[in-house]
Amino acid sequence: MISRLSAITLNTFREAVRDRVLYNLIIFALLLVASAPLFSQISIAIERLVLVNLGLSSISLFGVIIAVFIGIGLVSKEIEKKTLYTILSRPVRRWEFVVGKYIGLMVTLVVNAALMTLGFYIALLLTERKLTGGDSRLLVAIYFIILEFLIVTAITLLFSSFSTPIFSAIFAFAVFVIGTFGEDLRNFAAVAQGPTKWVTTGAAYLLPNFSALNVISQVAHDQPISGNLILFNTVYALLYSAAVIAAAVLIFEHRNLK
Amino acid sequence: MHAIETQNLSKDYAVGFFKKQLRPALKSLNLTVDSGETFGFLGPNGAGKTTTLKLLMGIIFPSAGSAKILGKDCLDPEIKRKIGFLPEQPYFYDYLSAPELLDYYAQLSGVAHSGRKKRIAAQLERVGLADVGKLQLRKFSKGMLQRVGIAQAMVHDPDVFFLDEPMSGLDPLGRHEVRELIQSLKDEGKTIFFSTHILSDAEALCDRVAVIHKGELRGVGVVNDLRSNTADKTEVIWRGAQAISAVSSLLKQSHVTGDTVRAIVSAENLDRLLEKLRQEHARLVSVTPLQATLEEYFLSKTTEQETVKA
Repeated sequence: MISRLSAITLNTFREAVRDRVLYNLIIFALLLVASAPLFSQISIAIERLVLVNLGLSSISLFGVIIAVFIGIGLVSKEIEKKTLYTILSRPVRRWEFVVGKYIGLMVTLVVNAALMTLGFYIALLLTERKLTGGDSRLLVAIYFIILEFLIVTAITLLFSSFSTPIFSAIFAFAVFVIGTFGEDLRNFAAVAQGPTKWVTTGAAYLLPNFSALNVISQVAHDQPISGNLILFNTVYALLYSAAVIAAAVLIFEHRNLK
Repeated sequence: MHAIETQNLSKDYAVGFFKKQLRPALKSLNLTVDSGETFGFLGPNGAGKTTTLKLLMGIIFPSAGSAKILGKDCLDPEIKRKIGFLPEQPYFYDYLSAPELLDYYAQLSGVAHSGRKKRIAAQLERVGLADVGKLQLRKFSKGMLQRVGIAQAMVHDPDVFFLDEPMSGLDPLGRHEVRELIQSLKDEGKTIFFSTHILSDAEALCDRVAVIHKGELRGVGVVNDLRSNTADKTEVIWRGAQAISAVSSLLKQSHVTGDTVRAIVSAENLDRLLEKLRQEHARLVSVTPLQATLEEYFLSKTTEQETVKA
């Protein structure tokens, strides 16, 4: 089982690495990070704030774009191109295929995030001339961004296990946008009345709460992140993505692949 | 124990806007294939051949019935270690090289790390791709991809092969090479189940064939028997063109070249024809029973129901 999972994971990672679209995204993201010092030239005294906001937001946004655009093809492309036929005719369980693909894309995203983080810290060093203890706190925000990728990738995989790539992309982005305003949705649910309250409360609990994972503004202002929040967010992201992956597996296990 | 056994294997597809209508793609297929047998699964396009193979591979699930491979349910993942499958017009991960692709498939099939590299090299050599090196599959020709397809089906040394249209889309040389490969697997005692609509391939390779049409099994049998079942014509050649007017009513076809006549006669009229030719003092050159081709059997099986309906 481990050998099959690792083979599928490695192949997914290899596909992403050899895909030129991915390189374009990385180069674009790195350029953006590298151009951050230029932005700070026009924002005297708040260089660090602008750079941290811009750098971390681009790591998050480009990661989500990569997660969705590769994620929508993870299963559907294998069905469409019939490469799945030669996989399922081997002793590979369908859940192993789904989980292997998921881990493969996560490895890709973590590697991307690591590269972009490196670029971001270089930009930070160029702007501030030195790195301080407060800058290590930025890693917590990056860790939360990776937790965000865990959920976004799982959701994309869920949609792609039963829908077409274009609809999967639309659904996944829609969930991401709604989840980004998760806190606002909860506040709205708290003050709403009647059926609207039930619907919004249901949606607030069912949809992922990405706003809890966004601490970019806090770390940019050098505010500390509590250990409890780190623990809670970790457990939340792991449980949420595990439940979504389980749903994707359940659908895929019973699907006739035409 | 049969290598392959299907019992009332059926598949319906839901069609229409609300998916309420059922369109049968395969109707109660009962089939057995023995170990070491090369079995041809014949039928025109859309007959249900690929549906059957997808059911056997667990890519789609049956609406009714079951299938066993080497005595175990075809959905049992463990039995798949002993299966090699070549899909129709295979497409592989084109960012990989042939050795990388085979290594991936070998890992998935549980081939141990030790000796895997050697085994992959041997398979590539066997299909004539020993020198492709690190060339990515996106640069491969169709014939080369088909050969990679066969190599991936063989890489874990399975006992039963399922090949879906293995010769389709290949040039004559490619077809010959694939045919030789299948023959070599047959010589090794492997069970081979292959679907095709190219009848000469089935005729050359198969021990038995089944004909499927519109999702229904129309006939199964040993290739030689099937041919003789439909053989009821004899070719008669004689010298003495003047005799033709006396025997023309007995002939199905005739061609006169100079003084030589080549005629086709049905089995029931053969004796009368020979007697008449003797009376007319014609000189008999040859009498040859014509063996029907598999194509005639195939056509008779795929058209008989339509004829009855008409």
